[in-house]
Amino acid sequence: MSVRPIAPVIQKNPALVSERLAAISNLAEVRPASRFALRPAPEMVSSGIREIDALTGGLPRGCLTEVCGSASSGRTSLLFASLAAATKRQEACALVDVSDVFDPVLAATAEVGFEKLLWIRCDAQIENSQLSSTTPRVGREKKSEAGKNFSHRRRETPLGQALRVTDLLLQSGGFGLVILDLGDVPFTMTRRIPLTSWFRFQRTIEHTPTVLFAITQEPCAQTCVSLLLKMQAQFLGVRPRAWGKKPSAFCAPLSAKDRNAPPSGERPGLRYVPEVPKKFQASGGFSHTELLEGLHIQTEVLRSRLERKPARSLTTAFTSQSVRAG
Amino acid sequence: MPFACIFVPNFPVEALLRAEPELRAQGLAVLEGKAPLQKVFAVNKNARRAGVVCGMTKLQVEACVDLVLRARSPLLETAAHAALLDCAQSFSPQVEDTALDTIILDLAGLEMLFGPLPKLTEDLARCASGLGLEAQVAVAGNPDAAVLAARGFSGVTVIPEGKEAGQLSGLPLEVLFFEKFEDQESEPILDTLHRWGVRRLGELARLPEIAISERLGQRGVHLQKLAGGATSRTLVSFEPPLVFEEAVELEYPLVLLEPLACWLSRMLEQLCARLHARALATQELRLALELQNGHPVEDEFPLGQDQRGRPFPQDAKRWFHRTLRLPVPLLDSQAFLKLLQLDLKAHPPGAPIHKIHLAAEPTRPRAAQNGLFLPPSPEPEKLELTLAKIAGIVGGDRVGSLALLDTHRPEGFRMQPFVLRESPSGSGRNQENSQNSSPERERGSTELVTALRLFRPPLAANVTLLEGKPTYVASWQGEELGGEILWAAGPWRSSGDWWEKEGWARDEWDIAVQEGTQIVCYRLVRDLLRGQWLLEGTYD
Repeated sequence: MSVRPIAPVIQKNPALVSERLAAISNLAEVRPASRFALRPAPEMVSSGIREIDALTGGLPRGCLTEVCGSASSGRTSLLFASLAAATKRQEACALVDVSDVFDPVLAATAEVGFEKLLWIRCDAQIENSQLSSTTPRVGREKKSEAGKNFSHRRRETPLGQALRVTDLLLQSGGFGLVILDLGDVPFTMTRRIPLTSWFRFQRTIEHTPTVLFAITQEPCAQTCVSLLLKMQAQFLGVRPRAWGKKPSAFCAPLSAKDRNAPPSGERPGLRYVPEVPKKFQASGGFSHTELLEGLHIQTEVLRSRLERKPARSLTTAFTSQSVRAG
Repeated sequence: MPFACIFVPNFPVEALLRAEPELRAQGLAVLEGKAPLQKVFAVNKNARRAGVVCGMTKLQVEACVDLVLRARSPLLETAAHAALLDCAQSFSPQVEDTALDTIILDLAGLEMLFGPLPKLTEDLARCASGLGLEAQVAVAGNPDAAVLAARGFSGVTVIPEGKEAGQLSGLPLEVLFFEKFEDQESEPILDTLHRWGVRRLGELARLPEIAISERLGQRGVHLQKLAGGATSRTLVSFEPPLVFEEAVELEYPLVLLEPLACWLSRMLEQLCARLHARALATQELRLALELQNGHPVEDEFPLGQDQRGRPFPQDAKRWFHRTLRLPVPLLDSQAFLKLLQLDLKAHPPGAPIHKIHLAAEPTRPRAAQNGLFLPPSPEPEKLELTLAKIAGIVGGDRVGSLALLDTHRPEGFRMQPFVLRESPSGSGRNQENSQNSSPERERGSTELVTALRLFRPPLAANVTLLEGKPTYVASWQGEELGGEILWAAGPWRSSGDWWEKEGWARDEWDIAVQEGTQIVCYRLVRDLLRGQWLLEGTYD
C-alpha cells in the first residue's frame, strides 16, 4: 500500500493539517498549545521596600522566593522589611532561624510586629529522639536498655531541623510569610538540600496565600524558585551621631558617580570619613562617636517565572539606614 | 409534670466497660475483696451465660475460659457517675443525684426544646450510650414511678401520666428494694411479702392500706404507695460541680508510652464527650501519673494541689504531673492526645505507671466569626500541634514569640508562647488594599533599617589597635573570620545595671573588614568590665 507523503502538502497548505486532525476521531480533543489557559498570575504582596516592589511587583504568594547574597549584602535588611510589611498586614509570620542570628532589638526598630511573629531558633545541641524508631520507655527498669537503644542516635544538624520545621509550618498552613534563613549556612551545605525538599515546599504552598522566603548565600533551590534575587551592598561610610537628633539628618548616600568611580586610594564601594566635621563639633550637641551610616544595596533579579525573560539585567538600588537601638 | 430516670444496670460492670469497651463482647466478672478472699461482685451477660454468679470465689471463676476478671474500681465508678450526671445536665437543669447508678431529671417544659417525650427519652439513652454507658431510661408522672420503671423495664419506657399503676403492676417486688436490698429493715419486709405470696407490684398495690399499716408499719404503707405509682415528692435538685476528671487504676504497671497513649486516648474521648454534653471546651489538661516505685519526680505544683490550689492526688513524690495549657479553648481528643504524647516524649515519667488521672479545666468554647477579608491565620488546633512538634525538634524554649525587656542590655528579650490574637475585623486585607491603593503612604512610613545578624554567643576576637582604633581583627567561627579593618567607626559607649552583679559596660565599633574578595561589616564590642574584644554580629 502506498502512503502519500504529507510533508509537502503541509508546507503548501497549513490549514489542511487542522482539517485532517479534526477528521480523526481519536484526536478530536487535540488543540493548539496556544489555546491552553495560562496559569493565573500569583497575587503579589509588598516586600516592604518600594524599589524592590517596583522591580518585581513584590513577593508572590504561593511561591518560593529566594534571596541570595554574601555577608553584609543587605539580605537581612530585606527580611526585616518583609516581616514588618507582613505583620502590618496582620498576617501570621514564621521565621526559621537556622543559625540563631535574628536581632529582636533592631527588628523592633524596623517595626516588626512581634505578636504576629513565630520565631524558631534551631539548635544543634539538642538530641533528637524522633530519629529513633524505638518507642521510648518510661520505666526505670528499662532505662538502661532504652539508653542502649538511644546511644546510636545521631545529632540532627540545624539545617535538618530547619527543613523539618519549615515542612511542618507549611503543612500547618495559615501563615502569610514563612522565612527560612539559611544566610549563614555555607553553600557547601545548602546545595546538598535535596531538590525534592524545595519542590515539596513549593507544592505545599501552591494555591495558598503563603509567601515562602529563603535567604541563602548562593542560589540553591534551582527551578523551584519563582523569584530569585541577588543582593550586594556598598557601604556609605560613617557619620557622626547625636543624641536626640534624627540620624537621617546626616545621611549622605553615595551618588551613582561616586559608586562607579571610587576615589583613588580607596577601596571600591567605601568612602572614608576620617573625622567628624568641625561644624558638627562646634554645635556642641554631638558626641565624639562615629558609626556606620548604612548600606547601599543593589538588587538584581536572577530568575523570575512571573514574566518573560528580560532583554537586560533587572536591577535596582536602595539605601538602608543604621539605627542605634541598644 | 413528667420526670425521667436514667438507670445504669450492673453499674460496676458498666463502669469498667466504659474504660475498656473491647471487653463488651467477652465475659466479665468484677471481683471485690482483699486477696485471696476475692469474690465475684458483678458479672455481665456473657459471664452469666457461662455460669458465673455473684458470690463465687476467684478460685472458682478462674477455671472458666474466655472470662475476664477485673477488680472493682471505685475510680472508674466515680468517673462513670460523673458522666451520668453530665448526660442528665445536658438535658435538664433540674437533676437529682438519686444513687450512683440512678439519676432523675425534671422534664417540665423541655418538650418545646427537645421534642415529644418518646424522642426525648431516646435522646437521653443515646447520650448516655455516647458517654459509654448502656442505660435504661423511663419517663413517668412522678420521680419514684420513673425510677421503678427504669429499673424494671429494659430500654426506653414512656408511661403516660395517670397510668403509672397499670404499667408498674407487672414488675417484680425486687425493684422496690433495688438499692436497699442489704438494709436490715428491707430484707424482713420482702421476706414477709414473699410469704404472703405477693410477687408483683400490682399485687402489693391492691392490698388494703390499713392492714399493711398494722402489719408492716409506715414503711409498708410507703412501699405500697410506691408500688401503685401514687407517690408525689419534690425533686432534690443537685447541681454537680464543673469537675471533669477521669481516672483509672491499671491492672499492670505501664512501661511503654504506646499503651499509655491507648489509655489516654480513651480517657480523652470520655472527657471530650462529657465536655461536649455540657457545651464546654477546655483550655487546660492536667495529667497525673502515679508511679509504681515512688521515684521522686519533677513536680510543677506544690504538694497535693494543682496550680489553683485545688486538691490533687496526694503524696506528690509518687506522682508525676504534667499540665497542658492551650491558648484557646479546644475540644478535640485527637489533638489533645497528640499534644500529650509529644509532651510525654519530651518529659518521660521515669518509672512504671500505676494510676492515671486526667482532668480538664472547663471553659466556654471559642466563638469566632471569621471575615472574608481577614488575613491568613493558622487554625488554633493545627497551630498547637505544629508548635508542639516543633518544640520536640528544636526544644521548647527555642520556639515562640518575642517580648522585649525594658533594658538596654544586649539580648534584652525573652521568649514566650506564641499565641495568635484575633485581628480586628476587616483590618487585614482592607489595610493591604488601602496600602496598595496609596503606595506613597507606605513609602513614607518607615526607613529601611540596616539589620544585624548576631553571633550567639558573641565570638571572642583578637584585635590590634593603632592610636586607640582597631586596625586588625581575627576570630574563629568554624572558619577564620576577620582581617584588615578598612575603616572603623566608634566607639559607642553604653553601660547599665552597674548597681547589680550583672552590670555591663561596653564600647561598640562598626568595622568593615576585607575578607578575601568581599568586604564584611561587623559590630565589634569591647567589654569594658572583662577587658574582652567580641565580634557581636554582621551588618547585613
